[in-house]
Amino acid sequence: MDRFSRINRSAVFLSVVTATALALVTPASAEDTFKLGIVTFLSGPAADSFGVPARNGGQFVIDQLNKGAVPSPYEKVGFGGMKIEPVIIDENGGATKQVQELRNLYQRDNVDAVLGYIGSGDCLAVAPIAEELKKMLVLMDCGTPRIFEEAKYNYVFRTAAHATMDNVGLIRYMKAKNVKMDTLSAINQDYAWGQDSRADFVAAAGQLYPNVKLQTDLLPKFGAGQYGTEISALVGAGSDVVYSSLWGGDLQAFILQAAPRGLPKRSQLVFSAADHVLPPLGDKMPDGTIIGARGAYGLMSQKSPLNDWFFKGYEAVNGVYPVQAAYRIAQSIFGLKAAVEKAMAKNGGKKPSTDELVAAMTGLEWQSPGGLIQMRLADGHQAIQPIAISRTKYNPDLKRVDLVDIQYFPAECVNPPPGVKSLDWIKGGMQGAKCN
Amino acid sequence: MKHGRLHPLVMIALVVAATLFGRILPTWTLSLATVAASNALIALGIVILARTGNVSFGQGLFFAAGGYGVALIANAWGVTDAVAQMVIGAVCGGLLGLVIGPLIARYSGIFFGMLTLALSMVLYGALVKSSALGGSDGFNVGRPSLFGMVFVDPREADFMLYAVSVVTTGLAGIAATILFRSELGLASLAVRENNLRIEYLGISANRVITINFIIAAVFAGASGAFALMAQRHIDPQFAYWTTSGEFVFVAVLAGYQSVAAVFVASLALELVRSFSNLYLPNTWQLVLGVFLLGVILFLPRGIGSLWIREKRKRSKPAAATPAAVRKGVAL
Repeated sequence: MDRFSRINRSAVFLSVVTATALALVTPASAEDTFKLGIVTFLSGPAADSFGVPARNGGQFVIDQLNKGAVPSPYEKVGFGGMKIEPVIIDENGGATKQVQELRNLYQRDNVDAVLGYIGSGDCLAVAPIAEELKKMLVLMDCGTPRIFEEAKYNYVFRTAAHATMDNVGLIRYMKAKNVKMDTLSAINQDYAWGQDSRADFVAAAGQLYPNVKLQTDLLPKFGAGQYGTEISALVGAGSDVVYSSLWGGDLQAFILQAAPRGLPKRSQLVFSAADHVLPPLGDKMPDGTIIGARGAYGLMSQKSPLNDWFFKGYEAVNGVYPVQAAYRIAQSIFGLKAAVEKAMAKNGGKKPSTDELVAAMTGLEWQSPGGLIQMRLADGHQAIQPIAISRTKYNPDLKRVDLVDIQYFPAECVNPPPGVKSLDWIKGGMQGAKCN
Repeated sequence: MKHGRLHPLVMIALVVAATLFGRILPTWTLSLATVAASNALIALGIVILARTGNVSFGQGLFFAAGGYGVALIANAWGVTDAVAQMVIGAVCGGLLGLVIGPLIARYSGIFFGMLTLALSMVLYGALVKSSALGGSDGFNVGRPSLFGMVFVDPREADFMLYAVSVVTTGLAGIAATILFRSELGLASLAVRENNLRIEYLGISANRVITINFIIAAVFAGASGAFALMAQRHIDPQFAYWTTSGEFVFVAVLAGYQSVAAVFVASLALELVRSFSNLYLPNTWQLVLGVFLLGVILFLPRGIGSLWIREKRKRSKPAAATPAAVRKGVAL
């Protein structure tokens, strides 16, 4: 016992010494690199669907930028000539851990900016911390409109549209394609994303389909995996349309269980964020399902030199085509790059300070593989972007699900104008939408 | 436990020293230490309760009650004072403990543990469904002040929180050592050894467990208030079972022999988590797991056994402690 405890003691001392040594190594902030903290899910339920594609997308874009191999207008190396040095952190572990890690990124690792976050709860939690520390924070994804609708931030930006666009886009698409919807059923996860998506969709449906009747309205718990009872209820209701904001493993499980029971034949399936399950599902995805991708992303993306470079390059490196999360991080990084270079053009080519960077990013517009991103809402801090909606069709030659009947909606058609809360905007008849 | 080892005044001096040490710490360690102190406080409650032979796997219930109580009161009436928030959290946790304690004290062992877990998950489920409280996304609160002073400089604000949480946890630790030496504390140990015999001595075992349970709930509520102040955001994750499990882990890591060990264990866990996250973002959970396993394998009586050696063989209850501790904690 004694010998053991001596070994233990030395082991513990060693680890304490190592930890202290690590703690004291404060990396020198170099002038010729831009240190970028990247936070995305590397473990947990959202990793496969969003987190890892985002990490791969971010890695790909940063590698290419550092080589100077990106097409116009991003041909400059890194950010304005500075090499990008990413520090990647796992978003899994809850908001408490995220707040702590964000502080560590800024205060210990001295990153110049932090970019990332997929979970809405995480975005809500970290935004006020960055604001307090007066450090640049770029939120790349997260669905909730609450971030800028409930608070005002100077140092926080979100480079992607919030979830309102997904549901308004779906309804506009259904109206444009004359999809019959006298009755509607819904199945959404019982947490904020599911509840909010459901509220947006039902409200938007009430505007364009004033006579629609909501029949079965289900809220299974997050990560349920088994939907036998829910599918029975949906098949029993036999509504014209079944709407769902399920994603990832839950969505795959739902589709796999619903298809053999004939739900896709009985009702038109409408999914607000389903592009990321197309590669794993393949021919198991029922044809004719209406899906959104939270933007004009992946197989729905519009042709441009920048998009061709991104789509093909990502596919070559990762063996699978890029889906929404990869596009979202790419548009974030390009936005930050555009802001850094704008600030450098103004200050004579020096590395910009946080305040110069914030000023440059506010109200910025830039091209991304998924189209034009405009920081229009929340005094130039919240982006709007175009969206595409389409139907699925399995292509046996390529052994992949193709997307057909694609329709694009301009950003101002599906996003609220500045100063209006999204749900109020939908309920007020979506005033001021410019759809052509 | 530590029969006459440290005078309370010496302990107070230690707390003051730890607080002042915050002046020279780098900024990022301040908030990390605040979280560690807050976790240590709740783990201390678990240690106190575990001395009766019962482990609560649902301290998240009181943690969340304290956090939500403070957050709602802060947003409704603008109470931003850190000390007031801490007291509100402790009261919220304590009141809930007062309701649940007498009911749950009738159970023991695995039933006790599972019931506490179940209750915390009931609260979790209710919170996720309550969209007025932000549902699963939770909501934000403003930054805390202290005695009317508002701290704009991030470092000063962090130090204020660090100081308040370290002092609170320190005082709670001192109170705990006094409690351990008191009649109630010794009766708690006896309840674990043989609660029937305790009843024959004229002491109500239920009462002893209830009182310890309420103390643990008060600590958990105050800890929830600190967690809220440190991150300015609250969500139902506060009541989730993995959160409660983490606190039990801190208690296991610390072991029983020293109150200071709880703080050290909590700080070590936070440091390991943070650095493994930075250097091994893909496998940080593995590192954390290996660390926990390592401590359990090589220091079965917790980190506290590093500096508290087995010199107490003469005192009988203490000698009987380790085996029972393992039984109690390894439920």
